[in-house]
Amino acid sequence: MAYSVSVRGCTRSFGDLKTLLAKATPARSGDALAGIAAENEEERALARMCLAEVPLARFLEEPVIPYEADEVTRLIVDTHDPQAFGPLSGLTVGTFREWLLDTGTDTETLTRAAPGITPEMAAAVSKLMRNQDLILAAQKCRVVTRFRNTLGLPGRMSVRLQPNHPTDDVRGIAASMLEGLLYGCGDAVIGVNPASDSLQAVTRLLEMMNAFREKYEAPTQTCVLAHVTNTLRAMERGAPVDLVFQSVGGTEKTLRSFGVTLAQLAEARAAALELRRGTVGDNVMYFETGQGSALSADAHEGVDQQTCEARAYAVARHFEPLLVNTVVGFIGPEYLYDGKQIIRAGLEDHFCGKLLGLPMGCDVCYTNHAEADQDDMDTLVTLLAVAGVNFVMGVPGADDVMLNYQSTSFHDALYVREVLGLKRAPEFEAWLEQMGIADERGRLLGKSAEQKLLPGASEWLS
Amino acid sequence: MAELEPSDVWARLRQWTPARIGLGRAGGSLPTRALLEFELDHARARDAVHAAMDAEALARELRASGLGEAVVLQSQARDRMEYLLRPDLGRMLSAESRARLSDFANRVGPCELAVVIADGLSAVAPARHAVPLLRELQTVSGWTNVTMVVANSARVALGDEIGELLGAEAVVVLIGERPGLSSPDSLGVYLTWAPRVGRTDAERNCISNVRPEGLPYAAAARRLAYLLREARMLRLSGVRLKDDSGSGRFMADSG
Repeated sequence: MAYSVSVRGCTRSFGDLKTLLAKATPARSGDALAGIAAENEEERALARMCLAEVPLARFLEEPVIPYEADEVTRLIVDTHDPQAFGPLSGLTVGTFREWLLDTGTDTETLTRAAPGITPEMAAAVSKLMRNQDLILAAQKCRVVTRFRNTLGLPGRMSVRLQPNHPTDDVRGIAASMLEGLLYGCGDAVIGVNPASDSLQAVTRLLEMMNAFREKYEAPTQTCVLAHVTNTLRAMERGAPVDLVFQSVGGTEKTLRSFGVTLAQLAEARAAALELRRGTVGDNVMYFETGQGSALSADAHEGVDQQTCEARAYAVARHFEPLLVNTVVGFIGPEYLYDGKQIIRAGLEDHFCGKLLGLPMGCDVCYTNHAEADQDDMDTLVTLLAVAGVNFVMGVPGADDVMLNYQSTSFHDALYVREVLGLKRAPEFEAWLEQMGIADERGRLLGKSAEQKLLPGASEWLS
Repeated sequence: MAELEPSDVWARLRQWTPARIGLGRAGGSLPTRALLEFELDHARARDAVHAAMDAEALARELRASGLGEAVVLQSQARDRMEYLLRPDLGRMLSAESRARLSDFANRVGPCELAVVIADGLSAVAPARHAVPLLRELQTVSGWTNVTMVVANSARVALGDEIGELLGAEAVVVLIGERPGLSSPDSLGVYLTWAPRVGRTDAERNCISNVRPEGLPYAAAARRLAYLLREARMLRLSGVRLKDDSGSGRFMADSG
């Protein structure tokens, strides 16, 4: 179906919903690379006016990728909750924005509506929203998840401790873990990206991190971010797997390029649940996403990268994850060119994920070939913290020496806590106090404090 | 004033990892020295991304080292910004370069191996490491009929078009990897058997992080020689030759 708009004597038509969504998207290099972006600013503005008039119900009738051709579309359609959609069924994309911003639309209303909102609806409305709208609406959403601690509570922000090492050296990883914990990081997860995806390397890391966590009785979870098939094999061999990790994308072809199907994810989740390792809850999945992954796998099906990203959240949502992390600036400048595009994308992803009911975190990051720097990261991490992001990364000195990009640091987390008064997960906060690392208000104690972490750590460092 | 951590402990921990641990803190924030050192490293990585490769100088160096005459080529990306934004253009030869390489191939006939030295995302990397690596390779590899190419504004897949035009059995692309903050000059090595336009990354083998502080020249050369031997024997390259699984993250910028 074609969509058209007439404004001040100017008429513009868009062939289908997919085209309209792409043309209405704020400018970014990936959509230009795909050849689907608006031709100029006027076309973009007109596309937004046109999109604002589209009824939300229309999105249920016109999938951007056909039902028969794509298992992500089938998941979206088959799991849509018409009852939850009821209160929204009379809205257009434009009035949906106003509904989201209405002071009467509170956390409970948004939580009830989430199963009725499809990724395409979330993506569409985000395209009409300014950054402040994305922050305001996301801040009203709350998604609380649990495994060994409670994540996503109001007034809190957690950190994934990311102690990567270029050759997976166990001592090197332990050294970064120790420092991260001494900085009060690691309540979201202690998660390593392995340099080698071999089963042996993955198992060795899982065992070390588990022994480390058990020794100190740290109320958090560990994860080796290996491919789901490897994590399954590790579980079969009895390795201590807390969380199952997988990168996911918003089209079936993207999932295939990652070597994964929905059935495999379901199988891995069932296996992890069977281990019953969670103490306060059973959210056992950890997903990573990022705008541009579908295009980079030549699997975007003509859909703009932000809509593809929102569709990845439908995949994540189905498996009740503990953590969903949009790795926003990792992919490079051909998808998100500069700090402005990265900041915008980070806010969009966080908003769309939260609106759909996901525990969204963000890897606030950039590569050295993007037009971005630490100032851009400061801006994005501050905005996301205001928006209520569930977690961010903690990388030593912001420099990931394995993946060769810059993320947020242990220091950045302390900055956010200082200026916004955000606390860690309550169980973790209490543990830091017991360990002599932080005081009862969560502030790090000085060097004279008798912390109990370093003295017992020699077994990992010799 | 910066509050320092017990320095002996962090000195001990730092021997196990190049990660930026033990920086200390001022309040919760970075001490000034660590802040400024980070900025210097970022500046170096940025300069590496934007530096132009002096292809003629590299060609002279190859000649002087007895590695042969190199053909100097250019992709369709006309400047650095276009190169970064349009990876597709970096995978195709400019019309002029294509014509020149065709002439060259007609004149000298097919070669066994094409070696392409390319700027990629760090021109510093090939400038520093390509010639030393190739000299090591000479001592361990039995390939004789080799054509050298130096290519500007190139992505890995440009080697497919070059290798095809040269009628090469295999192409090896030495290319600047995306610079890390602590490694602005990592060289990547990609081997593709029977290069043809349209080959996928799954049909290549990669050796990463070649530089003295990473994978040293001699070790990289031995590994490349091994892959070349295997590829020639099996008449293929890529995942079926040797499964080089990466990490869980998608890497989209090397191609």
